[in-house]
Amino acid sequence: MARVLVGVKRVIDYAVKIRVKPDKTGVVTDGVKHSMNPFDEIAVEEAVRMKEKKLASEIIAVSCGPTQAQDVIRTALAMGVDKGIHVEVSGAEYETLQPIHVSKILAKLTEKEKADMIIVGKQAIDDDSNQTAQMTAAALDWPQATFASKIENGDKEITVTREVDGGLETIKCKLPAVISADLRLNEPRYATLPNIMKAKKKPITKMTPKDLGVDVSPRITVVSVEDPPVRQAGAILPDVDALVGKLKEGGHI
Amino acid sequence: QSTLIIAEHDNKGLNPITQNALTAAKKIGGEISVLVAGTKCGPAAEALAKANGLSKILIAESDAFNGFTAESLTPLIISTQKQFNYTHIIAGASAFGKALLPRVAAKLDVSPVSDVIGIKSPDTFVRSIYAGNAIQTMKANDPIKIISVRGTSFEADKLEGGSAKTETVPTDGCATDMTVFVGQQLSKSDRPELTSAKVVVSGGRGLKSGDNFKLLYDLADKLNAAVGASRAAVDAGFVPNDLQVGQTGKIVAPDLYIAVGISGAIQHLAGMKDSKTIVAINKDPEAPIFQVADYGLVADLFKAVPELTSKLS
Repeated sequence: MARVLVGVKRVIDYAVKIRVKPDKTGVVTDGVKHSMNPFDEIAVEEAVRMKEKKLASEIIAVSCGPTQAQDVIRTALAMGVDKGIHVEVSGAEYETLQPIHVSKILAKLTEKEKADMIIVGKQAIDDDSNQTAQMTAAALDWPQATFASKIENGDKEITVTREVDGGLETIKCKLPAVISADLRLNEPRYATLPNIMKAKKKPITKMTPKDLGVDVSPRITVVSVEDPPVRQAGAILPDVDALVGKLKEGGHI
Repeated sequence: QSTLIIAEHDNKGLNPITQNALTAAKKIGGEISVLVAGTKCGPAAEALAKANGLSKILIAESDAFNGFTAESLTPLIISTQKQFNYTHIIAGASAFGKALLPRVAAKLDVSPVSDVIGIKSPDTFVRSIYAGNAIQTMKANDPIKIISVRGTSFEADKLEGGSAKTETVPTDGCATDMTVFVGQQLSKSDRPELTSAKVVVSGGRGLKSGDNFKLLYDLADKLNAAVGASRAAVDAGFVPNDLQVGQTGKIVAPDLYIAVGISGAIQHLAGMKDSKTIVAINKDPEAPIFQVADYGLVADLFKAVPELTSKLS
């Protein structure tokens, strides 16, 4: 049975309207609702289902970030994860923390925890990078099953359906492997109150990138973060004829 | 300074996003080479050879590249990089490029830059974050820049006026049994491809069923348009995943985008708000899609869409 590591990132909640800071250094995060990255919820759900089907023996959730990152680890524990690891990265270091750093941290923890499967969300909805799974797989020299919408567990391999540009693709990956979860892999459960209470007793180990020997010095310099160009709302038209007229005017028909 | 473009193709032909990547590479400047790797990729390489401004086309043919897995292509790109010492490696930000480039970058200990929408200088790139609700300009400090570029943000290179020489590169060490490509179920359509179509007609949950998408196919056929969908419509099983437009689906920027029965969640807007003209048809006057639409029609789509189709002759 697999020992599964899942990556969980704390991000601004998907329903919150983002505000750019006036000094253009980033977006406003203080006093803003945060949640687990939705794609990571799908990753956690998939791991928990594997455990329920006795395909996984233990699930470990890892989050890299400031103290509040523990909130999303608790959510993962309430969903059925066994234990959490919080890798503390805060302040300026967190501002420039990127998938290259996180993938090295996940690779080290995978070796330490003797995990043989990693599942993460395909992208985080804050930086939209879509890199962590691929880079973790490279760091470990493991196969990567990206954008997974279906996973069938075999003994020594997994068969994965991937969402690609033209439709769907099927691949077989030898285990151990890294998987990135796409939207339609599953529908994550809500944590129930009894499970939230139980999760409070589950262990969270705290460490730093330094403890793992991972250098998190910045690879990029953020020059500016700005509002996108605003699109002005146009006209509400009375009927289809008016629309046909406008389309003709615009040279579309 | 020199750039390596990783061509995307299906052996028989070039994927148009490679032409967008070529324009991006020209913007960066310096020498440009293209790597075409596949099982029998002659036709794709021939299409590229017509492009001007290319110093060479590198061809790598091997059964190892069946299915274009990141696991087989990464060692090829690493050995090519070792041989020629490129300063930049570029691919389109498609499912192919997104799966491949981060793996290559990790092997070179480089932090890659995803889904670039603008190039300010050879080391400074613009990209959208938070589903396009903020625009980040960043400087990449690693010695090699590895970037994927958003197709709609760079014009397609016309592939004219040149005659680049080709060179074969060795494919030793690329075969791997880590990941084996089994097969694909690609959606077949006679309509234009979604990300490069001049007109896109998209449907949302308001369509109520997959069968009702026929209304949109009829409209699309009149307009020579591609058909897209919101995440809600895909999740509800109305249409396959490859039609999804949005933050995690496809990014489109056609001349005309017609959103039908789509409320306009920010995740959807992220995928289409760079369209030149946006038309929204929705019965809910409060739907956020109207805030970005040039022309709005507050109407029952089941009446308005057939009427529109019949009036476009």
